[in-house]
Amino acid sequence: MATQHSRSAARLMMTPAVFLLLVWMLVPLIMTLWFSTLDYRPMRGTFDCCEGLANYTRFITSSAFLDSVITTLQLLGGVLLITIVGGILLAILLDQPIWGQGIVRILVIAPFFVMPTVSALVWKNMFMNPVNGLFAHLFKGLGLEPIDWLSQAPMFSIILIVSWQWLPFATLILLTAIQSLDSEQLEAAEMDGAGPLSRFGYITLPHLARSITVVVLIQTIFLLSIFAEIYVTTGGAFGTRTLTYLVYQRVIESQNVGLGSAGGIYAVILANLVALVLMRVVGKNLDA
Amino acid sequence: MARAVTTQRKIVFTALAWIIGLAIFFPILWTILTSFKTEATAIADPPVFFNFDWTLENYRVVQERSDYMRYLWNSVALAVGSTLLGIIIAVPAAWSMAFVPAKRTKDILMWMLSTKMLPAVGVLYPIRLILINMGLLDSKTALIFILMMINLPIIIWMLYTYFREIPGEILEAARMDGATLKDEILYVLTPMAIPGIASTVLLNIILAWNEAFWTLTLTTVNAAPLTAFIASYSSPEGLFYAKLSAASTMAIAPILILGWFSQKQLVRGLTFGAVK
Repeated sequence: MATQHSRSAARLMMTPAVFLLLVWMLVPLIMTLWFSTLDYRPMRGTFDCCEGLANYTRFITSSAFLDSVITTLQLLGGVLLITIVGGILLAILLDQPIWGQGIVRILVIAPFFVMPTVSALVWKNMFMNPVNGLFAHLFKGLGLEPIDWLSQAPMFSIILIVSWQWLPFATLILLTAIQSLDSEQLEAAEMDGAGPLSRFGYITLPHLARSITVVVLIQTIFLLSIFAEIYVTTGGAFGTRTLTYLVYQRVIESQNVGLGSAGGIYAVILANLVALVLMRVVGKNLDA
Repeated sequence: MARAVTTQRKIVFTALAWIIGLAIFFPILWTILTSFKTEATAIADPPVFFNFDWTLENYRVVQERSDYMRYLWNSVALAVGSTLLGIIIAVPAAWSMAFVPAKRTKDILMWMLSTKMLPAVGVLYPIRLILINMGLLDSKTALIFILMMINLPIIIWMLYTYFREIPGEILEAARMDGATLKDEILYVLTPMAIPGIASTVLLNIILAWNEAFWTLTLTTVNAAPLTAFIASYSSPEGLFYAKLSAASTMAIAPILILGWFSQKQLVRGLTFGAVK
């Protein structure tokens, strides 16, 4: 039993972490809220009070806003779809008895450790470049016209790059989950005449449900704030401007802090909406 | 009854797995190969795979031109510094939540995780302003603190899941034998917690090393780590594939190797113990 003494000691030990996180969360958030009500453009020396909700109206009514939300959700949805479907298939494949399983696993998870700026640059130049990229060489070799991937199929290209980075993560977690599946259940189902598809649908998939939720939660946290991949490849051009990137452009590139801060608050709201849904599901899962 | 696996089936699956594995790894392999080529060979059409004159020239040039060692040192300082600082703050917090849980412990943990979901871009300008006023823009001190803060929820969660697996009976036994709180932490818990702490450290070094929002937006020269070093190669005039590859290889090699060693811990750590 914990004594009164150890209880107060415990509370004391938690204080630094809780205090720091509270400050880290609240101070910038309150400043952003305050800035969002100002006409604040440091380059022009404007710092005028009391715009009210003008920045919010202006941000949300600009045509860039809706596009950026759609782009953000496209990126999120595309990457989640590819990594989860691909991850399940790869996990099942790697779970089969094969030669050199350890080495294949190391090859498959490697992209996760590559820093985002490197993977974006390598893909952009060495693969997707319309003149010297490997894809261009490949297309020419096949007698096709090379494509300038990042301007002709920009969203597809970025989703591809980001999926490449996150597929290993999904695979690794789903593989770990599949390996904990009781193989006798599968054998019993097979003896009862269940085909591979119904074995997958009725046994493997339900078993993976929890891990899939976890993968979705964690990837969403990181994907909503994706920055480097866009910064390095298109710089937000060709319709690849996510909400994160739009706010970055308003605040840093055009130095319109009031407008950008209102955008930042929208980003916080969007993230919270997504988080709220996810926390419900995952919070329940983690309790079990 | 063991599942009968025909050799034929094993061959098919092995071939398939290797093809997919190599395809996924290919961009990294290609980058490493290209780093040893001359610029002319690097863009040769058709592409050259292994039969070229291997050269270390690119590595020398990259180091000379962009001072790789300084960026490397910054990356190491930021990753290790922020992780250690995080551990110092997180261990007591995780310890108290794991061993002296209160009614609201679960809520506090959830709240901590939720701070991770606040989009960084929403608070970029205030943070920049605070740093400018404190004269800390482009300083390692500020970045160590910021990277520590963004990873703190993950560090606490990881340690919490590890600590919770240490059986409470052992602590009770130690207490019965007259161990004080200090003895308990120093001689009983610490030895049992070291593996968990070690994998937490490893994983957070990887996360901090690859962090590319704050490191890109808050540094210019002095504190810039490898993420920024590589981003500087995105300007058109810096576009030399062989040198880009050499720089990329140098930026990812340390963490790639570290990552391969810690892949088991990665699953537990990053899923907050929800998948084992």
